[in-house]
Amino acid sequence: MIEALSRRGILRGMLGGSAVTVGLPLLDCFLNGNGTALASGAPLPVRFGTWFWGLGHTPGRALKIKDGTDYEFLVNCAALAPFKSQINFFTNFNTPTDGEPNIPHDTGHFAGLAGNCPSAYGDIPSPTFDVLISDAIGQASRFRSLEVTASGNPRDSLSARGTGNFNAAEASPFKFYTRLFGPDFADPNKADFKPDPRVMVRQSVLSAVKDEASSFASGLGSADKARMDEYFTSVRQMEQQLNLQMQKPAPAEACKIPASPGENTQIGTEIFTAINTHKIMTQLLVMAVACNQTKVFNMSFSASASQYRKPGDSATNHTLTHEEPVDAALGYQPISDWFATRSMESMATFVDAFAQVREGDGTLLDNCMIFAHTDTNYARLHALDGIPMMSVGKAGGRIKAGLHIAGNGDPVSRVGLTMMQVMGLAVDQWGTRSLKTSKPITEIVA
Amino acid sequence: MRVSVRYWIAAIAASALFGCGPSEPQSSGGAAQVRRLTEEQYRQVIADLFGKDIKIAGHFDPLNRTDGLLEIGASRAAITSSAFEQYDLIARQVAAQVIDEDHRNVLVPCSPASETAPDPACAREFFAKIGPLLYRRPVEARTLDKLVAVAGDSAQSVANFYTGLASGLAGMLETPEFLFVADYTEPDPNHPGQRRLDAYSRASRLSFLLWNTMPDAALLKVARDGDLNSKRGLKRQVDRMLASPRLAAGVRAFFADMLGFDTFDTLAKDPIIYPAFVQSVADDAQEQTLRTITDLLIARKGDYRDLFTTRETVMGGPLGLLYDVPVTKPDGWAPYTFSDDDPRAGIITQLSFVVLHSHPGRSSATLRGKAVREIFLCQKVPDPPGNVNFSLVQDTKNPNYKTARQRLTAHRSAATCAGCHKIMDPIGLALENFDGAGQYRTVENDTPIDASGEVDGVKFQGAAELGKVLHDNPAATSCLVNRLYGYATGRPPVQGEKDWMKYLQAGFAENGYRVSDLLRLIATSDAFYEIAPASGAQSASEPSPTGARS
Repeated sequence: MIEALSRRGILRGMLGGSAVTVGLPLLDCFLNGNGTALASGAPLPVRFGTWFWGLGHTPGRALKIKDGTDYEFLVNCAALAPFKSQINFFTNFNTPTDGEPNIPHDTGHFAGLAGNCPSAYGDIPSPTFDVLISDAIGQASRFRSLEVTASGNPRDSLSARGTGNFNAAEASPFKFYTRLFGPDFADPNKADFKPDPRVMVRQSVLSAVKDEASSFASGLGSADKARMDEYFTSVRQMEQQLNLQMQKPAPAEACKIPASPGENTQIGTEIFTAINTHKIMTQLLVMAVACNQTKVFNMSFSASASQYRKPGDSATNHTLTHEEPVDAALGYQPISDWFATRSMESMATFVDAFAQVREGDGTLLDNCMIFAHTDTNYARLHALDGIPMMSVGKAGGRIKAGLHIAGNGDPVSRVGLTMMQVMGLAVDQWGTRSLKTSKPITEIVA
Repeated sequence: MRVSVRYWIAAIAASALFGCGPSEPQSSGGAAQVRRLTEEQYRQVIADLFGKDIKIAGHFDPLNRTDGLLEIGASRAAITSSAFEQYDLIARQVAAQVIDEDHRNVLVPCSPASETAPDPACAREFFAKIGPLLYRRPVEARTLDKLVAVAGDSAQSVANFYTGLASGLAGMLETPEFLFVADYTEPDPNHPGQRRLDAYSRASRLSFLLWNTMPDAALLKVARDGDLNSKRGLKRQVDRMLASPRLAAGVRAFFADMLGFDTFDTLAKDPIIYPAFVQSVADDAQEQTLRTITDLLIARKGDYRDLFTTRETVMGGPLGLLYDVPVTKPDGWAPYTFSDDDPRAGIITQLSFVVLHSHPGRSSATLRGKAVREIFLCQKVPDPPGNVNFSLVQDTKNPNYKTARQRLTAHRSAATCAGCHKIMDPIGLALENFDGAGQYRTVENDTPIDASGEVDGVKFQGAAELGKVLHDNPAATSCLVNRLYGYATGRPPVQGEKDWMKYLQAGFAENGYRVSDLLRLIATSDAFYEIAPASGAQSASEPSPTGARS
């Protein structure tokens, strides 16, 4: 019966009207012959994400560099070993600050994300590049981007358009679930679809809101105008959401609505609680991506100065990195090292969740590019140079993976530039002052 | 020390001035601001307009603390896509409640001819009633027309008049006119070439400062009639607002901001180390301090400096366990006075302070010292250098350094650390008798705690004496003036307001450091409403938000 269906016939039926009934979920027949594109000719979407953890690795316990571009994961990163073929590891890229202070647990990641060093805490001198990517590819999705944290603190988001304008993170699994799969969610694989007239009403309301806002914005100074631009972008995004709600969503093969995590899911900074929160949030996020709710996502496993702690221990991960003595026999800080390993295990959980979702003839991970990064090289000293970074996934075949890339002291911004180009942005130069670069990392580009 | 001498010279000079009829110094004013409503303000406006039983379930994007205050961060905050999504959700939720069968008879001033069809006249009446209160100024006729049209279209689509009203109301709650408090300016007739806030923006400034909510109908009426631009009319309104019980909400909002109570939202304590510290303790700790503040500063019109020494507070609920005192009213609040020999005196010995400025599993003399400097004395402590080594600070198991004092002394032996720790630790060490959950203790690791300390050369013994030192520190009162003015205007004071700030500080002293008098001085001044001309300014006859088109 399935074999008897014509791809073109079904698609024609779907596109014929706004209210249609389709009897089947996305099947292989919707894909092209080799499973890399939809039958309409459109390729499977490539998604971009970031995964952040605070406080880096223990020097010498994350990676062993082999000959050429080969590498091997060590203790901190052992959990990532099964995914090595999907991971590029970037080492020895530097963060020149051009006289700006090294703001502990701030400069390191913002330099890589924004191509610009902040001058004070809270200063975000340029948009982070995930925002630039979401500007380019996120506008046609229900959510332009999704920001999530496992820490319980909505401030633990690094995605920002500028100072005072950051995308706060979802911190509650239940709220995140409701936002994604609550009443406004349209199941892409549901047979019946009937547009809700209330959505049309909301569209009309938003149109009026926009008119009012234009009048308000006309009298503002330039700094405030920029804030109003963000407001208009937000209204447009909401309009986009409503437009999508008026259409039968394209079927999504891997989309399966997850169960609600429940209102009372515990969140907090005790490490095992955070690991569990991260796991739940990851499952929700992966389904949000698989269900085509967004193409851009940002997950913060922890804050940069991570407040995670072992149960009953008076010290946090952050304070431990500074206060824990280096064990003379081991040559490192054992508890801080323990936290670094837990972070990488959670990263492996994250990567695995994407790898478990079949999409076309590959996995969702194959169609993602995830930038995994942190704030310091050696947290004990707030070291900025050689901050570990990784790319995960194959960006729909646009990049090669499984490589070690030595930066040889080049600016960290080369990684961001490369990722933007891979995601299709027309950008040939990025960054400010010594972080300005026009040299993408061509070794990973397929 | 130099600060102190300068201060007293200014105070004495101003005192002389006040004695013979002080005159307010000319002020440049600062830039006009566009402030995003804080969560608390949003909730208060909805409660004031539609009633406290209207539920708001949703989250608001956090603000960035800037120059010590979230309220200044609000002047830089944008509305991101996810934030707008939340505003949309909340707006629809509020609107649905306003028109539901439990509320419509009270909140909608008219009945439609038919509940299943548009009724433009009734819709207009509804929007004309709530519009000026939500937008904090008259609603233009064309805006009203649009709202009526939106309500009509919506009512038509779903055959329900009230749903139509809800659509229009939800839309209003999503407009920047509602979500941002913008400074609209006009030429200042008293200072040619300068701008000032227009009457409605004056009303908003007053109302958000004193009541933390929108202007009420009476204030908007005075603004409309032009009386708010006259000294007499302004004074009458300020007196009315200061006498209102709603003043407490304004004072609470300011101190909650200044004291950084927003961080309670994510405060975590280890339940194994501090089993008595549960969420209700965190909530009650804030409430206790805010009640202490409003009781002293408003009900008793006390001296601000006494907040550092007062032994009078309130006690309730689970707090008794952590304070180790009997609670006479477990389900509410009862006055409580710490005895003269009790180590607790002043708000910095209350749970809200010592708990907030601690680690999840232990106290922190450094964090507490830093907080005292930055919150109460407005003295920015530099961030630690990028390559600092903290190994010795709090290795609590180190047999050589059993107490925080011993560990910090060892840490300070490093030259790069000494400078900053020298200005933080001697303050925080005086609070070491309170552990990370605020409970009193006399020993740490079986070693007696030495709670002696020093601030700017003044030595003292213990937390209560620290309070006295802060009480007498002129930086504490000048800091309060700076913070309050920054909170009131949404920006830090600027260079052109130097004389004005000195005048305020002297006035504060002259009036016995009474916060209500300081509020009056600010609210009845010209300077508070003065707006610095924006660069590239051009004349405009119509008021506009911010000075950019002024």
